[in-house]
Amino acid sequence: MEKMSRVTTALSSNAISGRTMFCHLDAPANAISVCRDATQVVVAGRNIFKIYALEEEQFVEKLNLRVGRKPSLNFSCADVMWHQMEENLLATAATNGAVVTWNLGKPSRNKQDQLFTEHKRTVNKVCFHPTEVYMLLSGSQDGFMKCFDLRKKESVSTFSGQSESVRDVQFSMKDYFTFAASFENGNVQLWDIRRPDRYERMFTAHTGPVFCCDWHPDDRGWLATGGRDKMVKVWDMTTNRPKEIYCVQTIASVARIKWRPERKFHLATCSMMVDHNIYVWDVRRPFIPFATFEEHKDVTTGIVWRHQHDPHFLLSGSKDSTLYQHMFKDATRPVDKANPEGLCFGLLGDLAFAAKESLISSDVNRKPYPGGDRRYPIFFFKKPDPTEQFAHVSSALSVFETDLNSNHMDWFVKTAQLYLLSGKPFAELCDHNAKVAQELKRPQVSTTWTMLRIMFSDPANLTATGPNHNLSSKLGTLPLMNSFSMKEMGTESRLERSKGESRPDNTHLEPGTSHISNNNEENEETEGSEGQAEYMFGDAELDDDELYSMEHDNQTVLLSNTVLSLLPLPNRHEAEVTCLTPIESFSLISISQPLYSPHLPGSFFCPIAREMLSYYAEQGDVQMAVSVLIVLGERIRKEIDDLTQEHWYMSYIDLLQRFELWNVSNEVIKLSTCSAITCLNQASTTLHINCSNCKRPMSNKGWICDRCHQCASVCAVCHHVVKGLFVWCQGCSHGGHLEHIMNWLKSSAHCPAGCGHLCEYT
Amino acid sequence: MTSGPSAFIPSKEMLKEGPDQDILIESFLSLGRVDHITMVMALHHAYLSCFLRTQHALFELDGPLPHHWRHYIAIMAAARHQCSYLVQQHSAGFLEAGGEESWLSGLEHAPTKLRSLQTLNKLLAHRPWLIAQQHIQELVCPGAEPRWSLAELIHAVILMAHAHSLCSFVWGCGIKPEPDHIGGYTFAPHSPSRLSHSPHSPLADGVMEVEVLMKRMVELQQQQLQQQEEEEEECTQEEMVTRFERERSESIPTGTDMFASHSFMLRLVEDPGFRYEDFAPRGEQAPPTMRAQDYSWEDHGFSLVNRLLPDMGQLLDEKFQVVSDLTYHRMAMHEGVDTYTLRKALWNYIHCLYGIRYDDYDYGSVNVLLERSLKVFVKTVACHPEQTTARVYCSFWRHFRHSEKVHANLIVMEARLQAALLYPLRAITHYMR
Repeated sequence: MEKMSRVTTALSSNAISGRTMFCHLDAPANAISVCRDATQVVVAGRNIFKIYALEEEQFVEKLNLRVGRKPSLNFSCADVMWHQMEENLLATAATNGAVVTWNLGKPSRNKQDQLFTEHKRTVNKVCFHPTEVYMLLSGSQDGFMKCFDLRKKESVSTFSGQSESVRDVQFSMKDYFTFAASFENGNVQLWDIRRPDRYERMFTAHTGPVFCCDWHPDDRGWLATGGRDKMVKVWDMTTNRPKEIYCVQTIASVARIKWRPERKFHLATCSMMVDHNIYVWDVRRPFIPFATFEEHKDVTTGIVWRHQHDPHFLLSGSKDSTLYQHMFKDATRPVDKANPEGLCFGLLGDLAFAAKESLISSDVNRKPYPGGDRRYPIFFFKKPDPTEQFAHVSSALSVFETDLNSNHMDWFVKTAQLYLLSGKPFAELCDHNAKVAQELKRPQVSTTWTMLRIMFSDPANLTATGPNHNLSSKLGTLPLMNSFSMKEMGTESRLERSKGESRPDNTHLEPGTSHISNNNEENEETEGSEGQAEYMFGDAELDDDELYSMEHDNQTVLLSNTVLSLLPLPNRHEAEVTCLTPIESFSLISISQPLYSPHLPGSFFCPIAREMLSYYAEQGDVQMAVSVLIVLGERIRKEIDDLTQEHWYMSYIDLLQRFELWNVSNEVIKLSTCSAITCLNQASTTLHINCSNCKRPMSNKGWICDRCHQCASVCAVCHHVVKGLFVWCQGCSHGGHLEHIMNWLKSSAHCPAGCGHLCEYT
Repeated sequence: MTSGPSAFIPSKEMLKEGPDQDILIESFLSLGRVDHITMVMALHHAYLSCFLRTQHALFELDGPLPHHWRHYIAIMAAARHQCSYLVQQHSAGFLEAGGEESWLSGLEHAPTKLRSLQTLNKLLAHRPWLIAQQHIQELVCPGAEPRWSLAELIHAVILMAHAHSLCSFVWGCGIKPEPDHIGGYTFAPHSPSRLSHSPHSPLADGVMEVEVLMKRMVELQQQQLQQQEEEEEECTQEEMVTRFERERSESIPTGTDMFASHSFMLRLVEDPGFRYEDFAPRGEQAPPTMRAQDYSWEDHGFSLVNRLLPDMGQLLDEKFQVVSDLTYHRMAMHEGVDTYTLRKALWNYIHCLYGIRYDDYDYGSVNVLLERSLKVFVKTVACHPEQTTARVYCSFWRHFRHSEKVHANLIVMEARLQAALLYPLRAITHYMR
């Protein structure tokens, strides 16, 4: 309370007001500092050293401290600090290792007061004692900290950090004798100013350099540190060992850190690289900044709160050569843009949904969840903390359970396990998978497999004919057929599909081929009745004839192979043959029109297959889409863009892994053709081996442990090192190569190692 | 020709220095061979292990660039320094990773995306201080065709800088071709790495040199202490700048004759006449110096690399750290010597040759500690590695051990790598701004 009154007096005597404003500096700033009464700010950098007055509407340049025609390197500042007791006193840290003090009360143009050139390397930080007028502390790249008494010409004590590079030094606000120093190697040391021989305590705060630290202005035990590892940590120093009490993960290395006055849990940070914003964090809410200031166009190098008891004004200097005054009320509040809703599906179709409580309760007459009507509303309440200024959102979490029978996923697991994706000829794979689907009572899927087989089977493989000799005889008839199928199938397939969709699903329940052929007959009736088709015969005949005679020479070469070729030509000669030897599967479709599908190249069906795949994927059966994709392989791969494929693969693999079907998932990864997918099982392939004897890790130097000089896991039968599967008896723990042990056990029941144990293997 | 991995170092010397067996076994197991670079580096096994780790991460582990591209980029980079050793090493790696053989017969067979790196490669190898934001922009901006992503680009930049600096090491240590290389045990026109091996003859005044150097180091250290106490004799900034400029533009005669390089390498180089150029004497449009305090590896470079290529920053950081801390506290025949000032002078001299200036370093000490023959060697290796000869190697530090000379080579290599990396990294930072 007492403090509060002091604040009000401090404020009323010199009321701070202003607005968000900025001014251009001539050069990038490295650091800024503000004088005690918050009316002036000093900006220092390599090529700038100026004092600006903070007025209501603007910054006004008061003084340029960089004087002389050729300013020496002593003016090239890495850091600056304005004394908080003595308003004419400033100190700067120069990049050449000098520590300079400046007295604004000097009448001459050059205000330089004292010059200390004791550090050998760049001085990173200077810090005045908060209550002692003449005490100045510096921290340098050379690993030393020095304490100066400004009444003397040289340092009074030197503190050796025993390490390279001190990055920051800060006097404690409350403990008169204590200061903290942060180091490039990640350590933070606490020193007693009276004891330069040895630090009081040391702890490792970050991995990599600790760029900054700041004592809490009110709480004596709290020290905040920021490092290159992008972390801000708050340490409680009152305990025996410094304890990390808060940790904030930012997106870039933390260059400066400053506690916000009058707000116990707030601190401001800025970064040294890439990120130009200033963030104010509530350390208790580490995942989202409390406020951000986004004005700067280059990295912010200095931040300071304008008045030590006013939390509403923040000043900042930047490499973009501007000096800003930020008003807290103008800050961006990221939390307002955050989405407090969450939604997630469980493995078995359960659905969890968290949303603002207000949203849920207002929605009383919402439709019941169709899958199941059980629902557990769980409410989370965070005890509202009056000091916490975050907008309070209390969320309600609802879990919707699906009815066990309506949506259970056994079929998925079974299908995944039973499907064959490779290793056999295409037709057999299709048949097998069709059968699997059939057994799981999924006739539509089963039919799809069969159809695929028909569409993409390579007829050339089924029968071997001498293509050359009957070429001429076919010239007359074949083009007809081809042109027909070419032009007709386009409309036909669309027709077929639309029918398939309009048909209710349950008509499929009846298993068997008869049903399918029925469908086909149905379709084909309409096909047959179309007059257009006949009309096309004549038209096409001519075209194709010409085409055919032109291509005649190449024909013999092309004939025997490719099905994938886009020209329908190579398949012509098969037509007759397939008609003569009807094959079961073909008969399904070719009942009424035997001339049909087998003669078309697989590529012709690609658009249909593609649509089919997309259809399944959209229905949520990504399993089907991926399985077909793999089985069809090259036949279809080019038709579907890589991103979609990758997306399907990822979804399917994710599902498989959630069901713990590791083997299947690995097979899918292996068989996929997307580079992004195949590399999934290339990562982290290292196996770490421990010696079976001394249980310590083996380095990769062959099979002898370099600690106990024993061969790792020797086979009891052949006395060689086992480099693959090792099987051992759980009774006597002797074992060896799987094969050797199996052979051994055929002839003897005793342990091969001769220990006399009657080994048992299951 | 002597046997052993280096044309400069007698093979019995290598054995005498007793490389750590374990590390060689490890590298044999992981690479399937122990190449000459590894053998020479094994003189400093602390360094070797982190070098191998970095190399493994650069070429083998996951990264934005396909594996054969990585080797091809290294080939392009090594060809700039006519380093047939590295070109052949990476050609093998390139083919092994499934690269197309025709690419090796000339740049014109490689994809345009790779060829678009040529300018950057050229600048990075010889005058990295010229690399500016627009070079990055040309490759990365949305309109660029073919377009590089930032992660790919930074990977490529590190690969190139790595290969360039490794060239310095290969030439500086006189690494001999592997048995299966041209110039190894295969019969073919000899590689330009053939060198007349002059016997390592210690001269009478050699002993004197060491003594003088020792004395100077001690003097310098005391001087600094004294300065602290007396605080007078402080140099003006003018004087400091002059000292830096003097070091930077001092004309050190490096070999000028151009080797006729292998035709297979010439086809991989564009604009072969582009070389390191001495900084003009002060006043004549000297290119701007980079201030180490404004853009340093520790504060800026590391964060950028780690952001775009996770772990790589860590590995490089570790490598720089190991090199700058590496010491055996001995010098020639003396034990228990603090060589920090000497190592620092070497490092800063190389950065100075690449236009990087430390405000807090007095470049006068470079002149005191580095005698002329050493400067000739360092400048040759760092800037024109292909012109290194056995004479240059032999004439500096005549009484030092070979392992110490290899140590010097390591410092040159890493200092060069860091200096060369800082410029493109700064340009990328500016681009991202």
